[in-house]
Amino acid sequence: MELELPENVFLSQIDKLASWVRKNSLWPMPFATACCGIELMATGASKHDIARFGAEVFRFTPRQCDLMIVAGRVTMKMLPVLQRIWQQMPEPKWCISMGACASTGGVFDTYSVVQGIDRFIPVDMYVPGCPPRPEQLIQAVMDLQIKIQKEGTLFGSEFEKKARQESKRALLQLETVTQTPRPAALPIVTNTTV
Amino acid sequence: MQVAPQVFEKLASRFGAQDWSKSESPKSGNIRVIVPAAKVFDYLKFLKEECGFDFLADITAIDYLYYRGARDRFGLVYTLVNLANNDRLVVKCFLNEPDLTVPSAWPLWKGSNWMEREVFDMFGIRFDGHPDLRRILCPQEFVGNPLRKDYPLRGRGERHNFQRLERQQG
Repeated sequence: MELELPENVFLSQIDKLASWVRKNSLWPMPFATACCGIELMATGASKHDIARFGAEVFRFTPRQCDLMIVAGRVTMKMLPVLQRIWQQMPEPKWCISMGACASTGGVFDTYSVVQGIDRFIPVDMYVPGCPPRPEQLIQAVMDLQIKIQKEGTLFGSEFEKKARQESKRALLQLETVTQTPRPAALPIVTNTTV
Repeated sequence: MQVAPQVFEKLASRFGAQDWSKSESPKSGNIRVIVPAAKVFDYLKFLKEECGFDFLADITAIDYLYYRGARDRFGLVYTLVNLANNDRLVVKCFLNEPDLTVPSAWPLWKGSNWMEREVFDMFGIRFDGHPDLRRILCPQEFVGNPLRKDYPLRGRGERHNFQRLERQQG
């Protein structure tokens, strides 16, 4: 079948059109809590210039964003804030976990640092590094663009599929104790002075 | 580090020579005055008003649990500075459970407010007379005192105790 199209008219699928529009206009929400935030700023600055990929509009209100970049460690005091900001972002939205701390807790294997934000919010891209170079973050944005173009749908049905995959992960079986019995007090040595 | 000898003469004439002891840190050279916990406020007040130590630089604490040779559980450390001649004096007292209460230094230095809150948060030492003794670093609902040596490094599961947000809940 041959179709004569006038000039400047293209045929596409509405899903692909929506994804194309979304991927080239990502508005990041910079959730920068540590040194990764400095690299995030460098990524947005003139030398690396994330504007080349359509993601330069950093907004500090989650209502205007659709890409959360979590740059830095997230403590247990900060996590409820992170979750609330994530919930305030309108759909469709994506999340980049930037750096070792946001992805796994990094070297901070302590009581107060969340061991990977993907345990508590959905994450689309992980960027390794401590902190990652701006090029790595740009690569993550480019990969996310490819992902959006490949999987995106107008009404966001790909998110339901992802949610089914994510819920299978073993991380759901985390222990959630708040209080364990304290160990019996050890004897205090009493031979010399301090 | 030097502290003017008149300070110790004044301390001896006011509190007696047996009540307190003086030592020097072999590593840092800090001059320390070890005082009884019950009278720490009197010492601080005397040092501030009579000896010229007008600036409270820091309040912190040390948990001596498992520490080799330690006799007491907690050491409470005040660092005072004389801004006129830059003398720096460490005032230290020892505390043991269950009586972990000392008078607050807030009537002397308003700046002790947050430092005492930090010590309270991290070690569970209570400051009597503090205007607003709440946790300052940990969340209010936190249980335990993280800088105590019997607190596990990886915690007791606080860092996992959150609801997981699914994609549909956005």
